[in-house]
Amino acid sequence: MTDVRLFVPRDAGALAVGADEVAAALRAGLAKRGIAGEIVRTGSRGLYWLEPMVEVATAAGRIAYGPTTPADVEALLDAGLLSGAAHPLRLGRPEDMPFLKRQTRLTFARCGIIDPLSLADYGASGGWRGLERAVAMTGLDVVETVVRSGLRGRGGAGFPTGVKWRTALQAPGARKFIVCNADEGDSGTFADRMLMEGDPFVLIEGMAIAAIAVGASKGFVYIRSEYPHAIETMRQAIDVARRAGYLGAGIAGSPHAFDLELRVGAGAYVCGEETALLDSIEGRRGQVRAKPPLPAHHGLFGQPTVINNVLSLAAVPFILAEGAAAYADFGVGKSRGTMPIQLAGNVRHGGLFETAFGVTLGELVDDIGGGTASGRPVRAVQVGGPLGAYFPRALFDTPFDYEAFAARDGLVGHGGIVVFDDTVDMARQARFAMEFCAVESCGKCTPCRIGSTRGTEVIDRIIRGEGDRAAHLALIADLCETLKFGSLCALGGFTPYPVMSAIRHFPEDFAAVPARAVGAGTP
Amino acid sequence: MSGREAFQPQRAAEIIAAGAHREGPLLPILHALQEAFGRVPEAAIPMVAEALNLSRAEVHGVVSFYHDFRREPAGRHVLKLCRAEACQSRGGEARAAEAQIALGVGWGATSADGAVTLQPVYCLGLCAVAPAAMIDDQPVGRLDRSRLASLLDAARGDA
Ligand SMILES: Cc1cc2nc3c(=O)[nH]c(=O)nc-3n(C[C@H](O)[C@H](O)[C@H](O)COP(=O)(O)O)c2cc1C
Ligand code: SF4
Ligand code: FES
Repeated sequence: MTDVRLFVPRDAGALAVGADEVAAALRAGLAKRGIAGEIVRTGSRGLYWLEPMVEVATAAGRIAYGPTTPADVEALLDAGLLSGAAHPLRLGRPEDMPFLKRQTRLTFARCGIIDPLSLADYGASGGWRGLERAVAMTGLDVVETVVRSGLRGRGGAGFPTGVKWRTALQAPGARKFIVCNADEGDSGTFADRMLMEGDPFVLIEGMAIAAIAVGASKGFVYIRSEYPHAIETMRQAIDVARRAGYLGAGIAGSPHAFDLELRVGAGAYVCGEETALLDSIEGRRGQVRAKPPLPAHHGLFGQPTVINNVLSLAAVPFILAEGAAAYADFGVGKSRGTMPIQLAGNVRHGGLFETAFGVTLGELVDDIGGGTASGRPVRAVQVGGPLGAYFPRALFDTPFDYEAFAARDGLVGHGGIVVFDDTVDMARQARFAMEFCAVESCGKCTPCRIGSTRGTEVIDRIIRGEGDRAAHLALIADLCETLKFGSLCALGGFTPYPVMSAIRHFPEDFAAVPARAVGAGTP
Repeated sequence: MSGREAFQPQRAAEIIAAGAHREGPLLPILHALQEAFGRVPEAAIPMVAEALNLSRAEVHGVVSFYHDFRREPAGRHVLKLCRAEACQSRGGEARAAEAQIALGVGWGATSADGAVTLQPVYCLGLCAVAPAAMIDDQPVGRLDRSRLASLLDAARGDA
């Protein structure tokens, strides 16, 4: 047999459940049979409950098998894995699987399919077309294309990306910078990581387009230190892109010069906040700066700076290649395009689900996510990271859309959904939110620094059943008001979301004798 | 695991010189020092300050602000256990308790045999294969009780 091609992810989430061991077993199995074959290491398709998911190229397209273990490999090869033959682990063609079929993959179109560091793969799957368009346009035309697409920042705040770019374009400055926020500190989110590991060139292309749009000559990608695999892949991808002329002097044959440098964070959640992140690159403690001045006017090293999340920048190549309308056609209201949603925690089908805005929370959790992994009823979901609200089932009709979530005192954030079953103790979740704020506070605002510690203590007293419960709850509500209005950034300002939503929607867990279920959602 | 070279002023000076030309050189230099020496050695701080034209207090302030920078070397292995919400929903807190009992230490401390430093982290981006951990730079998902026990055994076994 010739031309055997197998695909095994090298995504950290797949490695975490044994993808390297499966690849090694496949290599040994091929060698034993005297078959020369290639094992391509891809990103993940994002169906994590099926990882490690192995694919084989056949005449009928790629056929997937999963979740596999090294111990399955001999039987898989004997059954005829290489020709896509039947086996209990056979999943069929990935694109026919409901979880993928129901998605609209614009940003993640290639992730899990191509070799992440192969320029040939990237080019053959439509890569660089957006950049080629951009170099033939004026900066202002690129900016206005992004404005018309309706793209909003995917890092959490949802600010219109094109409008931010327009400000930076118009700002005078000796140099301008593009900064990619790859700090991805929100728990329950992993889309930035997946993309950087699975399709790093799309991020580089997006940053190069941003550079052309505003006239920037240098970019930084700031990746959190908790992501060693993403760091390594991005580092290599930047080198490959530079050697191929997509970075450096005269990018993609144009007169524009733009180069990228990678920076590694050092374990501080607050450094995901844009001004703290810029301080961190400059070599200072990551402290939040008051705005104005906006980074677009006075950003990195005092120069006009565009700072965007990974997913915002990675959405741009599609918009330039296919046109603003092709992107804006998806979505609802003021939430245009697609959102890479991350289903996490106690969910049967955990993974990445990119879809047009407008899908409801209930569809995402029950239908697409398949309910809990533990098999117990879903009781609560937290949307939008550690500063996001907890939603009860009663609010599962909320559509995924920035305004609809805000109207229900929640946030879309970076698109993470963490599912909890009925063993969750919401008083403990509220306590954790306060504790997290205390641990990660940059220390600048008193309510955030001190109030959060006080809040943790008060919730502890509620949990222990000490003192006057009603007075404790009133104090928490008070502290939350102070946090909300006395904080410079969303770390202090949004901590009330998880805390107050837990109290509002799950008051029974804060009762004098809480009806707490025993046992935890342990696998 | 990152380096455990003994501190050598000459080596530190090389590392600092190699990073000093960058824009915003402080964090990359501190990372490189920790990579080589397993910590940011106290003796390197005045050297960094001088090379970058900062005060010692400024360098100290940065080192102490970031959770990643150590003043003391870690154990032979570092186990980062995720304490954040997605992992909580899958029994992460139980794993945390088991690890603390097995190692006989709390968060941030190193087991008496010097084998494992237990570090809390808030999300590793492995939230769809929770509960999750990272041992040195190896990600670990679906961390059940027995998987944790064998990880710890392996880490403590290789002296
Ligand atoms: C405490 C805090 C943490 C944040 N963490 C992140 C993060 O990890 N990644 C991110 O892209 N944005 C994060 N943000 C939002 C950024 O400040 C900023 O809005 C974003 O980088 C802008 O990019 P976008 O417009 O593309 O979303 C955080 C904000 C706050 C207040
Ligand atoms: S709210 Fe907290 S993290 Fe944000 S600036 Fe104030 S002290 Fe710093
Ligand atoms: S919450 Fe634990 S890995 Fe993300």
